[in-house]
Amino acid sequence: MSEGAYNALIMHENDNVATAIKDLEAGDIAIAKGESGTFEVKILKKIPFGHKFALKDIPAGSAVTKYGETIGLATQDIRKGDHVHVHNVEGTRGRGDKVRQGAH
Amino acid sequence: MKIMGYVRPNGAVGIRNHLLVLPSVVCANDAARKIAEQLAGAVWVDHQHGCAELAPDAEQTRRTLAGFASNPNVGACIIVGLGCEVVNAHGLAEAVAKTGKPVECFVIQEVGGTVNTVAAAVKAGSRMLEMLSKQEREECDLSSITLALECGGSDACSGIAANPAVGAASDMLVEQGGTSILSETQELIGAEHLLAKRAVSPEVAERIWYICKRAEEGALKMGVDIRYTNPAPGNIEGGITTLEEKSLGCIHKAGHTPIQEVVEYAEAPKKKGLVIMDTPGHDVESITGMVAGGAQVVVFTTGRGTPVGCPIAPVIKVASNTTMYECMRDNMDINAGEIVDGEKSIRDVGKEIFDEIIAVCNGKKTKAEVLGFGSFAVNRIGPTQ
Repeated sequence: MSEGAYNALIMHENDNVATAIKDLEAGDIAIAKGESGTFEVKILKKIPFGHKFALKDIPAGSAVTKYGETIGLATQDIRKGDHVHVHNVEGTRGRGDKVRQGAH
Repeated sequence: MKIMGYVRPNGAVGIRNHLLVLPSVVCANDAARKIAEQLAGAVWVDHQHGCAELAPDAEQTRRTLAGFASNPNVGACIIVGLGCEVVNAHGLAEAVAKTGKPVECFVIQEVGGTVNTVAAAVKAGSRMLEMLSKQEREECDLSSITLALECGGSDACSGIAANPAVGAASDMLVEQGGTSILSETQELIGAEHLLAKRAVSPEVAERIWYICKRAEEGALKMGVDIRYTNPAPGNIEGGITTLEEKSLGCIHKAGHTPIQEVVEYAEAPKKKGLVIMDTPGHDVESITGMVAGGAQVVVFTTGRGTPVGCPIAPVIKVASNTTMYECMRDNMDINAGEIVDGEKSIRDVGKEIFDEIIAVCNGKKTKAEVLGFGSFAVNRIGPTQ
């Protein structure tokens, strides 16, 4: 990869995830570019174009942050370089399922 | 800045000069279609509303139909009713006639069946088309333009590229004194705190919180997780994980200007600048609502790709990624994917979108117009009766 090239974007300096702008494979080194600099992350699983990976370890129950804002909570421990998506993150809004569980 | 538009008797500026054939009720859909089929250049819509609706829905249908026909892109209008419906066709025609544009109303039960109705309406419509054909574009101020902001079939690049670029274009229009409408309330959920901070007054901020709460209650009442409805399966495949993430990307369409007002579905904004309309995330219902609120032009970002158009307003499609742009070139007007590719800045593509808005206002046809795409849907509040 040439100097200055990158294959992932960090939307805000407080984010703990980056978005792949190329398909990334397990073992690839992602180069994630953000306003506060460029970070290298070893990818653990295939990350399709547009999908997210963790920039640091995210413990279960803690916030997943993109655009500098909470986009959901980790439902399991997520390791740095792992795919971050519906299998390990849940939203906290529009959760009618939780309302019903609470009511019974 | 100036554009060339059609000046209506009430001073509103149209960028198209349509004859619209509009049924007041589902039962008049076929007659409306047959009228439009005989009038070259007429546009028509069909819908499932106008009767068997409780008062809040009937009022919303009436407001949407009247607003749609009152849109300045409509030069003349034929309203077709059945006669026994809740949304009265004559009342609708009176509301549209307040704009000063020519309006004719034909009610099937009064005229004496559909054959007579179609014949009478075609006669009236041919006079209207002749009149519209003689009307010329005049120089108008860009501040008379209301832009509808829409996103659909979003992917992760929508929030990174297409929406921020549209936001830059929206800021440019607002700077020129125009109006820009942010919509799709479900897709503001999780980002309402950021929008509320941009409200011009505590009342407007309160209103933003209120419409988001009202929209979220829909999912809560149904006892289900909103995920897989919103974000939809295609959004998820495109990398969007939660509704909050989708919303935080969606609001970039609204640029950086202050939020002046929050209006109801299909209600015309009273303020210039950036406003919010409470519409659903359903693209066609949302666009119909904004156009009924007076928007003459729509900018629509998409990551997965969608062909949707509007019968009376040009819809400019902005692709969020180059792969989809290349794949669906026939349906896409602008490629914001070049931002992700590192080829262009958000500001560059924002200017490109702004210039396209001006060109389309002056008469350039969008891909959706060229292909004749014009979907129409009215948002329903309660159950059908």
